[in-house]
Amino acid sequence: MSEITYKSGYEPHAREHRVIFRNVDRVGWDTSIDTALADGAYEQLRKALTMEPAAVTDEVKKAGLRGRGGAGFPAGVKWGFIPKGNTKPVYLICNADESEPGTFKDRYILHQDPHQLLEGMIISCFATGVHLAYIYIREEFPMAAKIVEKAIAEAHEKGFLGKNILDSGFDLEIYVHRGAGAYICGEETGLIESLEGKRAYPRIKPPYFPAAMGLYLCPTIVNNVETLCHVKHILEIGGEEWAKTGTKNNTGTRILCVSGDVQKPGYFEIEVGKLTLGEVINDMCGGMKPGRTLKAVIPGGSSSKVLRADETFTIGRGDDAKQISIWDIPMDFDSLAACGSMAGSGGVIVIDDSRSISWILNNINNFYAHESCGQCTPCREGSLWMKKITDRLVTGQASPSDIPRLDKVARSIEGRTICAFGEACSWPTEAFIEKFRDELVGDTRPELEGAVVNPETRIANAGLK
Amino acid sequence: MSLEIPPDLEALIDESITHYPVSKRSAVLPVLHHLQTHFRYLSSEIIEWAAAKLELEPIHILEVVTFYPGFRQEAPGKFHIRVCRTLSCAMAGSHELLASLCEKTGIDRKNVSHHHPIAVSPDGKFSIEFVECLASCGSAPVCMVEDDLYERVKDADEVLKSYF
Repeated sequence: MSEITYKSGYEPHAREHRVIFRNVDRVGWDTSIDTALADGAYEQLRKALTMEPAAVTDEVKKAGLRGRGGAGFPAGVKWGFIPKGNTKPVYLICNADESEPGTFKDRYILHQDPHQLLEGMIISCFATGVHLAYIYIREEFPMAAKIVEKAIAEAHEKGFLGKNILDSGFDLEIYVHRGAGAYICGEETGLIESLEGKRAYPRIKPPYFPAAMGLYLCPTIVNNVETLCHVKHILEIGGEEWAKTGTKNNTGTRILCVSGDVQKPGYFEIEVGKLTLGEVINDMCGGMKPGRTLKAVIPGGSSSKVLRADETFTIGRGDDAKQISIWDIPMDFDSLAACGSMAGSGGVIVIDDSRSISWILNNINNFYAHESCGQCTPCREGSLWMKKITDRLVTGQASPSDIPRLDKVARSIEGRTICAFGEACSWPTEAFIEKFRDELVGDTRPELEGAVVNPETRIANAGLK
Repeated sequence: MSLEIPPDLEALIDESITHYPVSKRSAVLPVLHHLQTHFRYLSSEIIEWAAAKLELEPIHILEVVTFYPGFRQEAPGKFHIRVCRTLSCAMAGSHELLASLCEKTGIDRKNVSHHHPIAVSPDGKFSIEFVECLASCGSAPVCMVEDDLYERVKDADEVLKSYF
């Protein structure tokens, strides 16, 4: 294979390890199948079709591939949840509803390398015995939907999709299904309801674990775009070899999306756990803006718990346990969990000392209040009250007792909802209050304690809608 | 006024229904997307037509239309602008961008609410909606005009110049 060059100004950072983003911003690259084939696309599909499906799953298990959508659940294990002796059709859905604030990695895969996704998907379908699969693309990616649909048509023409793929006897159809702007469709059972043509109300687990009872109540595998792409690369070098990248239990590469108050925001594919948060901010993103210092980091999409710049964290267990600062946190699933947050979807939002925490939290609460599907009362009402209280906070109309009130609302949601949106919307509030209580209280006015103010007037005064 | 569905639109719709061999109801979203692209918004007549097409009750369509922010029941302008209001874009100035776009297009957002999120310019040429995350946080602030994404927008004119 020839040397890869990247477009000027878009060159990967020296410490990146490009696998999934190998062709993103590449000179001479386009989304056509001919370009992809000249680069070796669909070779791993040919290889997979000569293997036993279970052997493909074994490679994915050996690789220890953890889902890149948010939860970090091992993909091979998820595939293994399809009930033994199942006689129903099995479906696979690629979750391309990328909508966790701070995350923007799938956008580039879909727009620039659709055949990588298709190859990973076809291999995954072969491994799990799927003959009908969907790619659920968020409505806000209209160009991506067109590009992927064209890629599917091309793959059909070349015999990589349809009946009797490459004379293997394996049949598969893949269709694009476009969402319609609802964040909750990223939740796998909400996504399934949406794909059934309904409101995206998540289903309760148990019994509705998709691998047992998913689309049309049949076993269904739902995987993120990045996860499915990795399957192709796992087959290329084998699961054990693939697992040598990254760190133990946090294998492979993953794409970090950095936004907010850094000099150079952007996407960086790194070996999981091989870089610290400080290296990501200072080396890859060019550091903080001139004259600014770090105040906080939201490390894995807006629902992950915020980390304060001057906190001390403990990672590792027993004799390996050590105290580290925010700068030294390794960017992997387990370390971020040990620090009380999560790697989530890989969306890192950096906040500097010029920002008001009340304003940040209010923005996040607006998002969740808008996106709650409304099915469960604690979340529907609670997310709206968290927004209303922080609306007061940013307009100087909150009283000091609003802060414990806000905390109480958040803690009344978590654990009391059908899906994880309840946690997603309450964790930011809980964490910001825990870590920035003084600043939040500082934005309240003691003289308003007990004052009755017509909320409509208050909102009209604030110009908030 | 009775609703007329052009044959090429109906052909697109029929084709999209074939993507769902197990359940026709699954085609609700794609059918509505095709209808909204053509008619710009989803009137009650269109909702009834879609229900008949998919052999469903109109309520099954209406509940979907009212649930998803991507479906509109009100006419937008000729060019519909969506400005991202979520955290990274807000930090990069999307509130200022929104204000500037409104000023330059003559759009007044005072009657905007959760159920009426779209404001239209007096000449009907532009409409604006302040939407949640467009998933391009690394190039904030961003907005979309119809299907086109504008990144790192410093000035409303960068967005509007090709439409005036």
